Amino acid sequence: MMRLVNPRLALPVLSLAVLVAAVFWLQPRAMSYVGINLLFNLAVPIALATVAQMIIIMVNDIDLSMGAFVSLVACITASVLPVNPALGVAMLVGCVLAYAALGALIEIRQLPAIVVTLGMSFVWGGAAVLILPSPGGTSPAWLTAIMKSKPPLVPMAIIASVLIAAVAHLLVMRSGFGVRLRALGGNARAVSRAGRSTIRLRAMAYGLAGIFAVLAGMALVGLTTSGDANIALRYTLLSIAGVILGGGEFTGGRVSPVGAVIGALTLTLAGSFLSFLRLSPDWQIGAQGAILILVLAARLVVRQAEKRA
Amino acid sequence: MAAQIKDTGAHSAPVVVLEGASKRFGALKALDGVDLSIAPGECLGLVGHNGAGKSTLVNLITGLFEPSDGRVAYPGAHDPRGAGIRAISQEGMLCPNLTALENLQVVQRDLTGAGWRKRAGERIRSQLDRIFPGHRIRPETPVLDLTLAEQQMVEIAIGFAEGEAPARLVVLDEPTSSLDAAIAAQLLAHIRRFCANGGAVIFISHMMGEIFEVASRIVVMRDGRSIADRPAAAFTRQGLVDAMGHVAEDGHQPSPAALARTLGDKSHPILRTPEGIEARKGEIVGLAGLAGHGQAEALARFYLSQSSDWRATPAPAAVFVAGDRRRDGLMPIWSIRRNLTLAALATLTRRGLIDRAAEARVGADWQKRIGIRTPDMSNPILSLSGGNQQKALFARALATTAPVVVMDDPMRGVDIGTKTEVYDMIRAEAANGRTFLWYSTEMDEIRNCDRVFVFRNGVISAELEGNRITEENVLAASFELGEDVA
Repeated sequence: MMRLVNPRLALPVLSLAVLVAAVFWLQPRAMSYVGINLLFNLAVPIALATVAQMIIIMVNDIDLSMGAFVSLVACITASVLPVNPALGVAMLVGCVLAYAALGALIEIRQLPAIVVTLGMSFVWGGAAVLILPSPGGTSPAWLTAIMKSKPPLVPMAIIASVLIAAVAHLLVMRSGFGVRLRALGGNARAVSRAGRSTIRLRAMAYGLAGIFAVLAGMALVGLTTSGDANIALRYTLLSIAGVILGGGEFTGGRVSPVGAVIGALTLTLAGSFLSFLRLSPDWQIGAQGAILILVLAARLVVRQAEKRA
Repeated sequence: MAAQIKDTGAHSAPVVVLEGASKRFGALKALDGVDLSIAPGECLGLVGHNGAGKSTLVNLITGLFEPSDGRVAYPGAHDPRGAGIRAISQEGMLCPNLTALENLQVVQRDLTGAGWRKRAGERIRSQLDRIFPGHRIRPETPVLDLTLAEQQMVEIAIGFAEGEAPARLVVLDEPTSSLDAAIAAQLLAHIRRFCANGGAVIFISHMMGEIFEVASRIVVMRDGRSIADRPAAAFTRQGLVDAMGHVAEDGHQPSPAALARTLGDKSHPILRTPEGIEARKGEIVGLAGLAGHGQAEALARFYLSQSSDWRATPAPAAVFVAGDRRRDGLMPIWSIRRNLTLAALATLTRRGLIDRAAEARVGADWQKRIGIRTPDMSNPILSLSGGNQQKALFARALATTAPVVVMDDPMRGVDIGTKTEVYDMIRAEAANGRTFLWYSTEMDEIRNCDRVFVFRNGVISAELEGNRITEENVLAASFELGEDVA
């Protein structure tokens, strides 16, 4: 049985297409280079954070500190990196290493990731306030130049999203390294029976997630040109929702990087769609939740139909 | 493959040597001073009960455990991996979220760099073609989309697949437990070829027929010791079973107990499924045929139609005994007692709360009746051996008042001693008026039934009763004449 299109991807793609069509119908002017860029450019950091979350979920954990961590990275990028690049880079590398160390700790002590990351979210949040007590700072010029560049024909936001999806797909789905990380989520016993260190693998998974989360924080500062200790707190839930929306499962190492990026785009677009509907902001969060439930319900129906077939 | 093995050295040098190898877990001596040497070209049949030390012995050979005493050596290599020692475990060691070829990547070290997928796919496909000609498995299919039998085939192929260090000793622990007869025969033929070309195999099975078909030498284990080590020809089936400490019943006749027992009202079936399965009160009804021909599905459909998705009742119409313990049966982090009382919980509650004293009583009662070997029923369920876990699952079903017990090949990989005890239990319960629907892949179990429905391609191809339940009749109904069953 040859499958040309992964059926797990059909639903995320379809929901994104429906939403794009609805937005264009409500607001035909969005159907332009500038419009598309405006609709999607805030999706780039969310997509990166979603991929980071996906890597954690892939090894059967969940990261409740994603938003706080991305905020911390944003503070470092906005306040330290422009002034003292060497120190800034060292701090960001330190953040990635701290993530890897967390992964190792979780595996060695067999701790529940949900507790460890929830605790760490306060640590990241505190560190962010220490580094940048009040909102402000500036984005390094090169970062803004990249994030706000205007390549011909296709807007930056689309190029960046495709690039993120492609890199994550190659890394996670195609490379031997990614296979071993997914194996950890699928059957950790089999991995250790094969003589591989689960501690090393989990540390690597967390380290890789840390790299994507750092990129998310940097991309966010490149767009907003300033930092804030609370700038990305909602990324925690957005990233989890994005992974699930993109066809990922909470357990068993079954994830889709392309789906995760599409999920992040869908969630971002859902916000714009509701604004175009002139829905009062008070209702928007609830309506966003309703869209999420709708898509997930559709997914269940599709799964059951598949099972019956 | 033959060439690869011949250049590894003379047939005289053994692949692995154990000298007085012992392994203790706390106070328990799982392995007690075993001397064993396995030479290239040998097929060693390893038999013994659960808990006799077979798995511990295998784990020492594969290097998963270090011996507490004694020595395990691999002449000509530093470690088990370099010595070409592979193991296929009973529990299923595949990652279900990965494809077959990706699973190979997890165990092999030299599949790196550009084009590793192509090489891995080639290794899996060529090995599957060699062992199971006519298989229809694609290496790019995720394992969770494969049937249980196909998963086992992939695992076996990974064990034999060529790699950095060629396979020189492959340990097969109950490799045919999910395979039907035709596929199992292909595997046995492959083992014989592999050994003829200088490979060595350790073959663990509770099916005596398979052991005698492939083994050149048989080691019998009991209580952590190797109590007999002789060429296979020096054993008889009866002698082998006797050596393990259990007397096997003469299985060539339908069990006398089943024949002698007076059945309930013969004219009124108490259940009838859309497939045509019928059963009367107090009857043991078997579902036979080749594995994967719709028996499990028929049982699941029947069971689900009898039970509610929404609430548990104190008097369920049917209960289910799982064969795939990990997937359908165990609550892995619960205690033995909680696992046992799960199905009967509705009878153990008072004002919405569980009556702990009643629960403990039920637990203790069934521990005694079915013989669960544990010092304390509040130990975690995973502390039990596989056979005892299965007993706990049986007790879970029998502790209810349900008149119908549905069993989905529950004896997979369970030792003969446990089996005999559970068979007796089933007969006693049937005599008390319970009806059993029993899907089994093993002929010995089918002979325990009063009536047997043989499945082929998802439909019933024969209904056998009483002394018409013979291996010949079941086989004749299982196979389609003139068609390639492989």
